[in-house]
Order: sequence, then C-alpha cells, then structure tokens
Amino acid sequence: MAQEYRVLLEYADKIDPANAADYIKVGGYKGLEKARGMEPKALIEEVKKSGLRGRGGAGFNAGMKWSFVPQDAPVKYVVCNLDEGEPGTYKDRIICQKNAQALLEGMAICGAAIGSNQGYIYCRGEYPFVVDLLKRAVESAKAEGVLGDFDIEARMGAGAYVCGEETALIESIEGHRGEPRFKPPFPGVEGLWGVPTVVNNVETFACLPYILTRGAEWFAGIGAPKYPGTKIVTLTGDVVNSTWFEVPTDMTLREVIFELGGGVKNGKKFKAVQVGGTSGAFIPEANLDCPIDFDSMGNMGAALGSGAVLVLDETRDIVDVVTRISKFFEHESCGKCNPCREGTFRCREIMEKINNGNGSEKDIDNLQLLSKVMQKAALCGLGQAAPIPIDSTIKHFKHEYSRKLVVTSGKGGH
Amino acid sequence: MISLTIDGKEVQVPKGTMLLEACRIAGADIPTLCYDPDLKLAGSCRMCVVEAKGRRNLLATCVTPAENGMEIHTESSDVIEARKIILELLLSRHKLECHTCESDGDCKLQDYCYRYGVADSRFDGEGPHFTKPDPNPFIMRDYDKCIMCTRCVRACDEITGALAINIKDRGHHAKISTAFDGNLADSTCVFCGQCIMVCPVGALTSKVSAGKGKPYQTEKVVTTCTYCGTGCTLALNVKGDKVVGVTSVRDIEKSPVNNGALCVKGRFGWDFINSDERLTTPLIRENGELRQASWDEALDYTASRLKGIKEKHGADSIAMFTSARVTNEENYLAQKFTRAVLGTNNVDHCARL
Repeated sequence: MAQEYRVLLEYADKIDPANAADYIKVGGYKGLEKARGMEPKALIEEVKKSGLRGRGGAGFNAGMKWSFVPQDAPVKYVVCNLDEGEPGTYKDRIICQKNAQALLEGMAICGAAIGSNQGYIYCRGEYPFVVDLLKRAVESAKAEGVLGDFDIEARMGAGAYVCGEETALIESIEGHRGEPRFKPPFPGVEGLWGVPTVVNNVETFACLPYILTRGAEWFAGIGAPKYPGTKIVTLTGDVVNSTWFEVPTDMTLREVIFELGGGVKNGKKFKAVQVGGTSGAFIPEANLDCPIDFDSMGNMGAALGSGAVLVLDETRDIVDVVTRISKFFEHESCGKCNPCREGTFRCREIMEKINNGNGSEKDIDNLQLLSKVMQKAALCGLGQAAPIPIDSTIKHFKHEYSRKLVVTSGKGGH
Repeated sequence: MISLTIDGKEVQVPKGTMLLEACRIAGADIPTLCYDPDLKLAGSCRMCVVEAKGRRNLLATCVTPAENGMEIHTESSDVIEARKIILELLLSRHKLECHTCESDGDCKLQDYCYRYGVADSRFDGEGPHFTKPDPNPFIMRDYDKCIMCTRCVRACDEITGALAINIKDRGHHAKISTAFDGNLADSTCVFCGQCIMVCPVGALTSKVSAGKGKPYQTEKVVTTCTYCGTGCTLALNVKGDKVVGVTSVRDIEKSPVNNGALCVKGRFGWDFINSDERLTTPLIRENGELRQASWDEALDYTASRLKGIKEKHGADSIAMFTSARVTNEENYLAQKFTRAVLGTNNVDHCARL
C-alpha cells in the first residue's frame, strides 16, 4: 500500500504557520543557521548534491540555477514564485498555510548562498489571505530575529496566469504589463530591476531547510534518483479523496490515484488523468504505472509540472473538456508573440467547431499543425504548452474527436 | 571570435553577436517583422526562427546570441512550416485589401507571403475587428492591418519619448491603443509619425498622402527639411512633378542629423508646395490692398522705406527678426546686414523664443 511521506508538511495543522516560535520548536531555522556558517560555494554545492530540482514545472536543478548568479554583483534578489496559476494546483497555498516559515527559511538560505539580503514573494491575486498570512509570518520571524539582515516582502499579482512564467513575474513585480522576456539573459544574470535574481517555486524553497538539517544525501535518497525528494500533489476531479498528499517522487500515478486517492468517484471507471495543470498532457489508463517524477512523465510526453492531478471518469467528454481548456489559454495568452496570441485563439475556434459537431478531419490536421508550430516557435512556456492537451488527446482519444466530426468518408459522424 | 555553421557555411563572429547578424553575414536572408535595428529587441514575431541542431525548439535569431559550434539551418522544413503558419495566423486577422492599401509594394507581410507562397489562411474563423476611427489630420490608424509587432510602441517611447501608445488587453484581443483607447489628439501624441516610419505593414499610414501615389510610383528625392535650422534629412516622394508625401531616410550616413526621425511639420507639412494659396510673387500693400509686384520693385521699395525710417527715426528704430526656416548662412547674412548696413544691434530670431 502506497503511503505518504511527509517532510514539508510533517507538522501540518500542528503548528501555527505564521508563528516563528512554533516552527523553531519543531527544529525550524536550524537549516538557515547551518547555511550561514557555510561558504556560499559549499552551500550551493550541498544543494546541487541533494539533487533538488525545481518544483514549479521546469524541473531545473536548484543549486545549478544559483551557481549562475555572479557572486560579485553588488545587488541580488531572491524571488519566490507563488503565482500558482495552474487550475487544479494549490500545493503552494497548502505549504504556506501549513508551514509558511519553511518557505521564509528557504528563501533566506538561498539569500545566504547567492549573497542577497532582499527577497520577494510574488503571490497570485486570488490568494489575498495567503499574503496576509505571509506578512504575519515575516513579522513573526523578524521578531524572533531569525532572518537576520534578510528581508522579505510579499507582493500580489492581479490574476494573470502568464505571470507564473518567471520573467513575466519579474515584469509584474516591476509594475509592468505581465509579459515574458526573451531568454537569455536569464534572471540569474539579469532579473528583477536588471540585477541577478534567483526565481524558485514555493515548494523548492521549502525543501531547503530539511536538506540543510538532514543532509544532501538524505534528500537525494528519497524517491526517484534523478528527481529526488517528495512532491506535493493535489487531486481534483472525479476522484474519491480530492485532497493533497506529500509523496516520494517514485510513486506511480496509479498509486496516487487509486491508493491515496481512493480511485474514481461513484464507482465509475477511469478515463484519463491530466497531470501538471491545464497545460499538461492527458494520460490514458495504459500509462498509469509511470512514476510521477519529472523525467518519467517527460518520457511519455507528459509533465509533472505543478503536481496537479485531474482525474476524469468514463462519462467525461474529452473534447468538451479540451475545448474549455483551449478557451482558458485564449484568455490567458498575454498577446506578445504571434504563435501564442493568434494560435490560442484559433485553437479555441477550431475546438469549438469540432465540439459543436461542425468539424472535419481537415480541422484535426490544422490543429495538429498549429500545435506543432506553437510548441516549437512560441516565445514562452505558455504558448509552447497551450496545445499539449489538444495534442495528447488527439493522440490517445482520437475516437472521441472522430465521433463528433461531420461525416465525410463514411467514418465517424453523429 | 566564435565559429558556427549556417546553412553549411562556416562563419566567425565576435562573441555576443546575435544569430540574426551571423545569418546575414553567412548570406542567409532571414525574414523579420518585429525587429528594428534602431529599437529595443522584442523577439515576439517569431518570423526569424531557425533550426539549431540539438535544440528541440526553433530559435528566434534576433534575440539569440550566436554560440560556438552551433549548426544552424535557416530554411529547413520545420522553419518554413513555422513561418508559413505564422503568416497564415497574421493573414487571418488582416484586412486583405492590398489593391487599395497605401503600403502596397512596401509591406513586409506582403513580401513574406509572396516569398513563402502564402495566398490565403487555413484559419478561416473570425476576421479582423480591431479598427476604430481616429479623426486626426495626419495618422491613419487601421489596426485591421496591424500585425502587433509593437515597433510603433517602441518608436514612440524610444525615439520620440511621447509614450502616446501601448498595448491594451491581452491575447488575440490585444491591440495598440492610447490611454483609455481614446483618440491620438487627446493623447500625448505629437504627430511626429515615427510610428508610420517603423510600421512594416499598412496599419499606420499618412492621411496627407492618402490616395496620391503608391510607394513604388513615387521617386524619393533626398533633401533637407526647410522648416527649421535642425536640418533633418527627409525624402520627398515625387510623382510626376508633384510632391505627394514625405518619408524618412533611415540611414545614419545619409541622414546624420535625425536618422530618419521627423517632426509633424517635416513629415506632414509639405502640402503647401502645391497649394493654390501659396504666394508666388512679392506683394505690396497699397491703400489697404495687396497687389502683386516684381522682386526688383519689392526690393527697391523695401530699401527706400528702410532708408527713410532710419533717416527719420534713427537706426535703432529698426529691428531684424529672422526665421528658423532659413539656413544658418542666410541668418548670418541677415544679422550682418542689420549691423553693418542698417547700423543697429536689434537682431532676434524665432528659434530663441
């Protein structure tokens, strides 16, 4: 029987997340103390050695990211990505609401590694209560004196999905329109207000105190060797236990859905699962024995992404679901680059046409061609990932599309 | 120096060179829409994408630095496919009326559609819906032809500093707009027309030149603007024996003062040349009425009146006020004449105001 492995959420609901003293009682801020006693280079090496990879979606090695920051730059920033815009994802909110001090400690550890004394938390506009909580948490940590000269300010977004992309997030903090920048230069070299900046996800930062106190080897030994540690997943949709779990990264999707999640609701059969949020691929039953770690998911054309797990039962209309998703991306495209601005709009149009029973095989061909160009030529991850739900469902659930097409060659129809 | 291969040809470029430049050195013709050498990079049109060996995604050459050992293919099947689809996406939101378009023959969208054989768009849903009338005398804004390259926004910010326009709304519904989507006249726009200068299509054109001649029907006569002493270079667009427009000369060698930038007067204020109301001879006022005179008569009359005033009231009763619309040399002569011939230091100039 698959079981949770709680590290970040071990003391969930047992401590007051805003209260630094509570956190210190259960071993908090020991990691920061240790980090501050280390040479920055050794600290970065320790994080590299742990194998910690980004928990926001791109899965980049955290220590490696930090090592790109020029040590001699006079001003540097630590930015926490709490935009959490993927529908179905709420793990960063849970981390804040259960263990906010670990996030603050993690950011301060990053500050010690790169030589920064200013951190910013960019919180999605839909979480004003989380901003309140974080502000109280920062006050409490300051009152305990544990943050030293490291200051943290919580900033709020205005509800744009694209601001979860790190450079659009930086633009937004700067007060500009939330649009991604081209890379390079990467934020590590030229980020917030033009200075070297590390942008990491909430979960990534929150892992750091435990890596420091329990050691890089301990962390590297949990879960999948190439994407070690635990992962907080959030189950939504037609699943019995629609809640969050912290699991080792080598747990399979089947274990997550059928053991922890209790299987499909109302005794219905499983149809598909979308992992990683709205931009993730839809995975059929045949692929459920795949571990959830970043690389295993990537190998089958899916993405772990933010750890959202959306389960669809046998009665769900895949084409209708994907049509709604295409509407979401049409709305959330910032409009900067051609493939995404126009591509998301046309994807939605064609998906609606098919969903309404007016589509043809030619429309499917056009969708696939458009999808390919968007994935290869769009400026940022939004435009590149937006057609993946379409692509993956045409691949795995083509019959559902065919059923809705206008009869042209004796096949399909309605 | 770093070394890379572009379409099978090895080139060496200094570190920091963008791929676009490297490709051009290698002789590859890379299409661009949002790129403008005088503006900050946007990297947004994605027309300049190329394939790099070992990279999953195509690279936008205008914003990607060349790297040692890169193997670039500028016209691979994936690259051509991407460019064609991007063109089709743009066509599907574009008002296709090339036959009456002011930019016909001088339009990058048209050129690239021709180059890649894109006659029509497979995306046949909703068409363009972006234009709203803007009743100003100078700039025609037809956003049903806009390709959202944002060159106008950047030129307005970076060249003129007017910050009159920016992007409004998001996604497909994003459009170029003044604050609160009002008219240009109510914005900080100074009608310099730098936006027209950088627009690669027919979305921004001159209302003053509308219908008077397509770009390829006019001869471009490079000259100096006569409005002030700055000495901006501009090109008079001449059709037959008439000036029908003014365009920028975007070459720092030929336009060293202004590098193509103009002001509202230089760009739009040329219609006096063929105006019926234009003075063609000197006029002398007699008994409250103006009558035509020859230059000889007018000069003699002026000389005798100046002489008469000086004799009766003294030289300091006369002042010379000169104009920024004449050259430095002529202004010099005017003050010299005032001091040496008229005998007064009462000299002033409109540019001092």
